[in-house]
Amino acid sequence: MTTTRQHSDELHLALYRKMFQIRRFEEEAARAYAQGKIGGFLHLYIGQEAVAVGAVAALEPTDYAITTYRDHGLALARGMTSRAAMSELFGKVTGCSKGLGGSMHFFDAEHNMLGGYGIVGGHVPLAVGTAFASKYREDGRVAIVFLGEGAVSIGDFHEGMSLAALWKLPIVIVVENNEYAMGTSLSRTLSVEDVSLKAVGYGMARDRFFANHVLEVHDRIGEAIERARKTSEPTLIEVRTYRFRGHSMSDPGKYRTPAELEERKQKDPLMVSRAELEGKGHKEALEKIEAEIEVEIEDCVRFADESPEPGPELLEATTYKGAFAR
Amino acid sequence: MSVMRYREAVRAAMIEEMERDERVYLIGEEVGAYQGAYKVSEGMLERFGPKRVIDAPITESGFTGISIGAAMVGLRPIVEYMTWNFSAVAFDQILNNAAKIRQMSGGQLHVPIVLRAPNGSARQVGSQHSHAMEHFYAHVPGLKVLAPATPADAKGLLKAAIRDDDPVLFMESETLYNMKGEVPDDPDFVVPMGQARVAREGKDVSIIAYGRPVHVALEAAAQLEKEGIDAEVVDLRSLRPLDEQALVRTVQKTHRAVLTYEGWPYGGVGGEIVDRIQRLAFDELDAPILRVTFRDVPMPYNAKLEQYVLPQPDRIADAVREVLYRKG
Repeated sequence: MTTTRQHSDELHLALYRKMFQIRRFEEEAARAYAQGKIGGFLHLYIGQEAVAVGAVAALEPTDYAITTYRDHGLALARGMTSRAAMSELFGKVTGCSKGLGGSMHFFDAEHNMLGGYGIVGGHVPLAVGTAFASKYREDGRVAIVFLGEGAVSIGDFHEGMSLAALWKLPIVIVVENNEYAMGTSLSRTLSVEDVSLKAVGYGMARDRFFANHVLEVHDRIGEAIERARKTSEPTLIEVRTYRFRGHSMSDPGKYRTPAELEERKQKDPLMVSRAELEGKGHKEALEKIEAEIEVEIEDCVRFADESPEPGPELLEATTYKGAFAR
Repeated sequence: MSVMRYREAVRAAMIEEMERDERVYLIGEEVGAYQGAYKVSEGMLERFGPKRVIDAPITESGFTGISIGAAMVGLRPIVEYMTWNFSAVAFDQILNNAAKIRQMSGGQLHVPIVLRAPNGSARQVGSQHSHAMEHFYAHVPGLKVLAPATPADAKGLLKAAIRDDDPVLFMESETLYNMKGEVPDDPDFVVPMGQARVAREGKDVSIIAYGRPVHVALEAAAQLEKEGIDAEVVDLRSLRPLDEQALVRTVQKTHRAVLTYEGWPYGGVGGEIVDRIQRLAFDELDAPILRVTFRDVPMPYNAKLEQYVLPQPDRIADAVREVLYRKG
C-alpha cells in the first residue's frame, strides 16, 4: 500500500521540519557526546525519524505516548523543546527530567510523553495502563507505545498484548523493526521475522509496512489510532525501518556491511521527503526550515552548556511525593 | 468499634476508600468472581462491579505494569497478588518503574499505587510459597513498605496507603487473616505510616517485630514473665519509613534488644534496624543485638521442620536470656 490519502504540502513540510529537527539535534548530540559533554549511553534515532514523526502527527495532544531508551525522536516529535532535550543530555537542571533521567529517560508530562525506558518491553504494560485509565475514565484518549523488534521476545510485551486484547484497550503498539537488536540481526533473534503475526495469537488487529515515506507512516498508524479511538481496539503494527548509526555511541556497527548501510541511506525518508517537496517547488521553504533549525540547534547547545547542574536537594524531593521520614 | 477479622479489616479499608474515591480500583487474580483467593475481596465484585473489581489472568508483571501506567495518569489502583511470593515475577515493574518513575521524570509524574498480598510463612506450603518479600522491597528508595500485625492496623494502615501518593507495598501476614480484633468504624480512621507501636510495655529487654512475629514475640514475653523478665514488644508496623525514634526510645528504656521477623538472617530489614540502633543509641546498649529469623534455608514442607525454621517463642526467649546474660 502506498499513500492513499491526499495531504497538503503544508503538512508534509511540517513533518519534514520535525524530522530534520530530530536529525540535526541528534547529530549535534553525537558531537557533544564525543566532546564528553554527554555521559552514559546515547542511542540515536537517526534513520528512524519518519516513524515517530508520522505517528505523532496522527495523535491528539491529549493522547499518551511511551517509548524505549531510543527516545529523543519521540520526545521532540511530541513537542519537547530542543533546549529541554539537549539540557537533559548534558545533565542540567533545565533538562526535561531536571538532569536526573538522562538520555534514556526523557519525560514530558505536559505533552503526554510519558517516558523513555531502559528495560525494553517492560514499558509495554505501562502504556497499556494509560490506555486502561483512558477506558476507565471514558475520556477517549489513545495510547501509543514504541519498541524495537528486539523487545518482542520479552515476557512483558506478551503480557501487555494479552491484556490489551482481552480488555479491548485503546492502544497502538508500534514495533520499530530496524533489523538489529543491539548488534544481533533479525534472523538471529526471531524465529518468525514477521513480528506483526504475533497479533494473531491475541486476536488483535495488525499491520506491517516499510517506513519509506512519512506520510504513509502517518496514514497507516493513523488508521490504528482511529480504530483505537472509535472502537477501543488495540493494534500491533510492525514498521520496518533502519538506523544509520550503531546501537549506541559506543557501537561502531561493524555487524553490517558498508554496502548495506549505503543502500539503506539511499532510502532515507528525510531525503525522500526533501526530494519530493523540492520537486513540488518548495525549495525555498525547505531552505528556510533548515536555516531555522540550524539556529535552533545552535541555541539549544549553548543553552544546555550554560545551564546549571541540579543540586542534591532535588534527590529526595523527586523520590517521594509526600512527606517521608527515612 | 467493631470486632472483625484481619481479612475483613483489609476489605473494609478497600471498600471505604473505593466508595470515597472512584479513581480507586482493585485488580488481581481471583479478586472478583472467585471472591479472592483468601476471601479478602469477598462481596466486592457485587458491590462495585467488574469495572472496579477486575479479575486478571496470570500476568503479575502485566497487571502490575498496567496499574503503574494507570497510576501515572491519575488512577489509584490497588493490586492484589495471590501471594507476595508471586510478586517476584513483577519485580522489574516494581523496582524499575513504580519506584523510579518519579525521579526519572524529574518529579513530573508520580505513582499512587498500593500493592498488597499475603506475605511470609503459611502452613506447609513449601519453599516457593513461604517467602518474606518485604526485605527485597524495603531496600528500594521510592517504595514504602507496611506490615500490620492487628486488624485495626490492617485497616488504618491500608487506608493511609490508598490515600498516599507514592507506591506502597502492603504486607499482610497470611496466617493472621482469621485473627479477630477491635477496629474503629470511623471512615477517616487512618494509621499514619512510619509510627511504631508499643504492643507490650516492659523494662528489661526490647523485642522488636512486625507482622505475625509480633504475636510470637508476645508469647515469648508471656513465657519470660514467668521467669521475672519484663519484655517490651515493639511493633514496627512500617518498615519504610522506619520509626527510628521508637527504636531509640525502647532501647533507652531497656538497654537490650532482640529482633524477630520472618525472612532469612542474611541482610534484610534486621540489618537496618541494628544499624539504626547502634548508630543512634550506641551508649544505651548493654549487650549485642540478637536476631531471631527464619533459619538460613528455603522453607521445608515437613511440618516439624517448618516449625524448626520459623521464629518460635522459645527461640526468642533464648535470645532474650542471652542478651540479659542469663543463659545457661
